[in-house]
Amino acid sequence: MVIKAPERITYTDGHSFCPGCGHGIAIRLIGEALQELALEEQVIISLDVACGGMPIDVWRYDTIEAAHGRPVATAVGVKMARPSQPVIAYLGDGAAYSIGIAETLHSARRNDNITVIVLNNCVFGMTGGQMSPTSLQGQVTSSSIHGKSMKEGGATMDVVRMLKDMDISYLARAALCDAGNIKKARKYISKALEKQMNGEGYSFIELLSPCPTNWNMDPGVAAAYIKETILPVFPTGEFIG
Amino acid sequence: MEKGLMKGNEALAEAMVRAGCRFFSGYPITPQNEILEYLSWRMKEAGGAFVQSESELAAINMVLGAASAGARAMTSSSGPGFSLLQEGISYLIAGDIPAVIVDVARFGSGIGEISQGQCDYKLVTRGNGHGDSHLLVLAPASVQESVDLMMEAFPLAEKYRHPVIILSDAAIGQMVEPVSFPPMEEVDIDRDDWTVKGCKGDDESKKITNVFYYMDDYNSFLRDKYQRMTENEQRYEAIHVEDAQLVLVAYGISARVCKEAVRKARSQGVPLGLIRPISIYPYPKKAFAELSGECKALMTVEMSITGQMAEDVKLAVDCRYPVYTYGTGIKVPKSADVVKYAVEILEGKMDKEVF
Repeated sequence: MVIKAPERITYTDGHSFCPGCGHGIAIRLIGEALQELALEEQVIISLDVACGGMPIDVWRYDTIEAAHGRPVATAVGVKMARPSQPVIAYLGDGAAYSIGIAETLHSARRNDNITVIVLNNCVFGMTGGQMSPTSLQGQVTSSSIHGKSMKEGGATMDVVRMLKDMDISYLARAALCDAGNIKKARKYISKALEKQMNGEGYSFIELLSPCPTNWNMDPGVAAAYIKETILPVFPTGEFIG
Repeated sequence: MEKGLMKGNEALAEAMVRAGCRFFSGYPITPQNEILEYLSWRMKEAGGAFVQSESELAAINMVLGAASAGARAMTSSSGPGFSLLQEGISYLIAGDIPAVIVDVARFGSGIGEISQGQCDYKLVTRGNGHGDSHLLVLAPASVQESVDLMMEAFPLAEKYRHPVIILSDAAIGQMVEPVSFPPMEEVDIDRDDWTVKGCKGDDESKKITNVFYYMDDYNSFLRDKYQRMTENEQRYEAIHVEDAQLVLVAYGISARVCKEAVRKARSQGVPLGLIRPISIYPYPKKAFAELSGECKALMTVEMSITGQMAEDVKLAVDCRYPVYTYGTGIKVPKSADVVKYAVEILEGKMDKEVF
């Protein structure tokens, strides 16, 4: 079997992802799904800023770098202007669950026919690894140096759990930590896009992702950390659709 | 269409549709609600898209998406809601994205008051949002002019690839006047080469982001853009400026009062004139070249407390004249009071300019 990277994705042109970053895997999976479904010439993607904005120079799809936390709203605008074309919002946990939680949930409430892919690495990445709503209890970050707690930082937010009660077309969570889990993530992305192309409404995938730089871990250790420490808090699988 | 009576906000909403706008998102806030309500059914009729968004933040970022995809896209708001649009307006400017935003201005800081005000002048003329910018800002003074300027707004936005603001206010938005409309315009969503529409074959992909990332000399590009606007887009009305000893300067609802004040004053032998800026950015400096040798002073009449437009007038006359402000805050100025204030200036009873 020959595994070839999607033709429209290239890392030769000035990307600046850290070694072991989950974005690289997620970008490739999105590219593979678009190639498989022959959507590359139609897709329009709305990105967040910072690490989540860097795919704009890595892939060759028409792309908007939206404001921080607003990629879902921007994707809705694109979709309503061009309803027959596939539209993806790709953003991090800080964007989707902190500053943009209203946009994330209200788009689900309207069952907007878009696909939202959230890369959840439990920190704000580009700004230096500050605590995010999904940081685990006890997680040491640059803004929770003694470890996040209910008193200092509040609960760990599980938005996939919140979305389970909503009338949307597809809901899944996968982990970018080993081949088996990455294969599942790949399958989920294709399924979500198919739902959109069938006009079924809002499809949402969360990808648990390593951030070795801000977790202060080697990439291998970061992958093991997802399996051992994050997965018990954020269960994976398909929940709707 | 024949001439009919219509409320300012509804006429403006109908004009949006006539102007080819096919995407609107907005959030309820008084005194602009009629725009949202009207478009909730009218946009569908015209084959466009309407969404009542979860917030103004979402509304303006939806506009950014729809405009980036090639649609003529708009939102409207007022007061505190207009503050929330600033984030997205800054991104529209940074991305060279044409869109039109309506501010039906209300009074005051914070929650303020739902009645008319002109206190967003500094905000809209000094760029909106963070960054280093200006917007084209058009300020109608009647229901018909709301329609006429709306018809100009998208061509202007697209000419400069820049957002345009229509600065209305609660008085113009709520008043009912005779109005007629031009025929419906439709634009092809694929008309421009810069929009996101799907990347075909071996084409380069479109990237909607800060344009300066991909530009060698953004400073010159942006300065040139504002310079071209300043040269080409000054709009104003001048009334009896040629022999006026005191020239009133007012836009929007205050300008209507000032027209009456000029008539009243002249019937009493007081030679007042009026400059009515229609574009408030670019500021119509050309209008001030028509001041006569008789002119002793200028006086802005505006519903602000601090005399927000006076600085622009002072700059427009290169500080050669004293500039006073009759600022009424929450109240619509009365023409008799405007005349009285002007006469006191001419009689030398006013010892302090606005500054």
